Amino acid sequence: MSNLVLTERRNGPVVMAARRFAAVIGELLANPTAAFGVIVIAILLLTALLAPVLASHDPNVVDLGNALGRPSSLHWFGTDELGRDVYSRLVYGSRISLTFIFIVSIIVGPVGLLVGTTAGYFGGWCDTVMMRITDIFLSFPSLILALAFVAALGAGLENAIIAIALTAWPPIARLARAETLTFRGADYIAASRMQGASPLRIIVKSIMPMCLPSVLVRITLSMATVILTAAGLGFLGLGAQPPLPEWGAMMATGRRYMLDNWWLVAFPGGAILLVSLAFNLLGDGLRDVLDPKQK
Amino acid sequence: MSAIEIEDLSISLGIGVHAKRILGGVNFSVDKGESFGLVGESGSGKSTVLRCIARLLNAWDGRIAINNKAVRDTPQDEYCRTVQMVFQDPYGSLHPRQSIQTALQEPLRIQRMDRHQERMEQALIEVGLTPAFLQRYPHELSGGQRQRVAIARALILDPSVLLLDEPTSALDVSVQAEVLNLLSELRARKGLTYLLVSHDLAVIDHMCDRLAVMQHGRIVEILDRAVLSTGRATDPYARELIRASVEYDQAV
Amino acid sequence: MANLLDVRNLHVSYRGRKGDNPVVKGISFSLGQERLGIVGESGSGKSTIGRALLKLLPTANITAERMQFGETNLLTCREKEMLQVRGRRMSMILQDPKFSLNPVHRVGDQVAEAYRIHSGASRGAAKQRTLEMLEAVQIRDPERVFSLYPHEVSGGMGQRVMIAMMLIPEPELIIADEPTSALDVTVRMQVLKILNDLVISKGIGLIMISHDLNLVRNFCDRVLVMRSGEFVEERQARDLKNAEHPYTRGLLAAQPHIGGDRRPLPVLSRSQTIKVATVEGTP
Repeated sequence: MSNLVLTERRNGPVVMAARRFAAVIGELLANPTAAFGVIVIAILLLTALLAPVLASHDPNVVDLGNALGRPSSLHWFGTDELGRDVYSRLVYGSRISLTFIFIVSIIVGPVGLLVGTTAGYFGGWCDTVMMRITDIFLSFPSLILALAFVAALGAGLENAIIAIALTAWPPIARLARAETLTFRGADYIAASRMQGASPLRIIVKSIMPMCLPSVLVRITLSMATVILTAAGLGFLGLGAQPPLPEWGAMMATGRRYMLDNWWLVAFPGGAILLVSLAFNLLGDGLRDVLDPKQK
Repeated sequence: MSAIEIEDLSISLGIGVHAKRILGGVNFSVDKGESFGLVGESGSGKSTVLRCIARLLNAWDGRIAINNKAVRDTPQDEYCRTVQMVFQDPYGSLHPRQSIQTALQEPLRIQRMDRHQERMEQALIEVGLTPAFLQRYPHELSGGQRQRVAIARALILDPSVLLLDEPTSALDVSVQAEVLNLLSELRARKGLTYLLVSHDLAVIDHMCDRLAVMQHGRIVEILDRAVLSTGRATDPYARELIRASVEYDQAV
Repeated sequence: MANLLDVRNLHVSYRGRKGDNPVVKGISFSLGQERLGIVGESGSGKSTIGRALLKLLPTANITAERMQFGETNLLTCREKEMLQVRGRRMSMILQDPKFSLNPVHRVGDQVAEAYRIHSGASRGAAKQRTLEMLEAVQIRDPERVFSLYPHEVSGGMGQRVMIAMMLIPEPELIIADEPTSALDVTVRMQVLKILNDLVISKGIGLIMISHDLNLVRNFCDRVLVMRSGEFVEERQARDLKNAEHPYTRGLLAAQPHIGGDRRPLPVLSRSQTIKVATVEGTP
């Protein structure tokens, strides 16, 4: 079955990519749960970008006279133990969460893809060595491994990001390898080999584009865990250091006053929950949209 | 002069008692400009022979020579410009995410040839398509059109030998007719040598001058095309294969 | 002769984002205890007919004036009633036994299960009946084949097992959707002969769906040629060489033959707006 497109297309790859992106977003919005994910993440992005505009107060200004204030018309989400406005800290905290997500994705995606596709394409001892290294990383629970790395590298936002990235790449590598094994026997790869293409060229130009949809879905789903791990590290005091308004750290300090001042824990916790859930739903929706079998 | 010479080609997997023979002592040669058919049922090894010649499989014993030069001694670049292959499944032989332009330009880039645009347009015209197809993607083309693009891609490096692995098995009868006509015409015009693998004796009869019948990794007989009509093959399996095909074919 | 199946003005379409996508556009035919072939190229809609009759298309929109199978009105049939029809009164043989047999169950168990579902027999009785059926499809070693897994049987044998499985509940009508396309030529004839003999001896109606005009012509009584969702010709199989419609003539001419001349094959013109195809020979 074919639908011939009789009009000539002279669009470059950028326009094509933009069109495809818009088409994907459109399909996602048609699915209720995925739409929820898209909207929440869009809100997160906007909040981070427009933090100075959206925050009602300076997040770092200490006002001890106003400590532990209930949510009111002045302080929408109340104030914490140092009198800082919780809402504004939440808004600025979105920047930190976004930094985590962005930098971890940038590291994890390419590294996982490269390791996985190379191992899958070459096979043999290359495959064995790379996969055993991957297995070593995979066999540790991610929070424990991140803890170990941070303990070795020292507490702090940057080190926490590196630590989480180091635990998040193995599943991507495994996935990329599995996909590569499927595509490696395709006729178009054979045709490339017959044209004299080097293995690197074949991996980068032919195999990686085919692995991309699954890897994108997996990274999106991983982001949910990254948020939780980052919050966990923050909760343990090993992630973003005070006075940075990281959501997990906010919950840690709020825990002491939790019983009488529920807003200290509820709002940061709710934000973590919401964003983590949104990534999960977005990832599921993306899988439905990008699944080549449904094309 | 022989364009293709296969001498004692064998592949065996495993060791000792459990060794499984995939190919056993395959011998044949194809003259320059000839169209030679390789017939057999599934598992006979015919596609495996093609893949060995294409250097997609390298664990074989024996000798394969193209234009009197041993395949193992030929540098990669020279080989790409001499031997090319058209694959069976039009839906699997073009990269789904690459435009036709990319598919045709890649070999030119890899082999560092000049005049890309001119060569690509020429290649498309030669297979009966128009340069407008350069902007399209495989999923926008029909099976017949994809196969034409695959042929264009194979011919863009100007090879002298074309390996064809069941090029029309996945196509409808009417589309098959178009593609077979195209292949015949190209061979006549460019003086190409064809090695055509098929399970369909009618296609082989239409396209080839001589053919080899394979079974269980061995060639059981090499025949002239005329034998397909008379049915007088020497080997019993070859006879049976021809008889079943003719019965199925019911020539008008 | 009472008709087994009566179909009038069947339409099948899929709902796409840009509106309805019609696949079958108002076809009508009837079937007695005979062998009917439906021939068409890919995209003609022929496979859709079979699945529409068995109501195996949950996402499609099926409408018709009449879809009568014996006493059952297939159009108004609810799913519960269809369960009594599928497999027991009407079954379908699919193309590739690699994909239509469950890879994790033994072949014999699958055939026996088909019997037990529709007859409620005991395991022992089902096994006995299965062995009988395997013998009927000329499997020489039914006991041994009973305990094989699908990946251990060859294509031809797998297809014979499929035939056994579909015939064991003694249906009234069988739809065979490209039953031999995945098989080698020497095995094809064998399998077809088995199917043929069984169908004739048991008085079962057969609809053979295929892209292969030769196949259908040799094994069916009547042939319907389908193009773009419509029937363009109906003819007795032995009379097919006198086909009148240009599309059918084009299909007949485009097929290469053993012993034919080597002139370029006639090619159908690819105009999509004209319903009637023209035949032109390339110079």
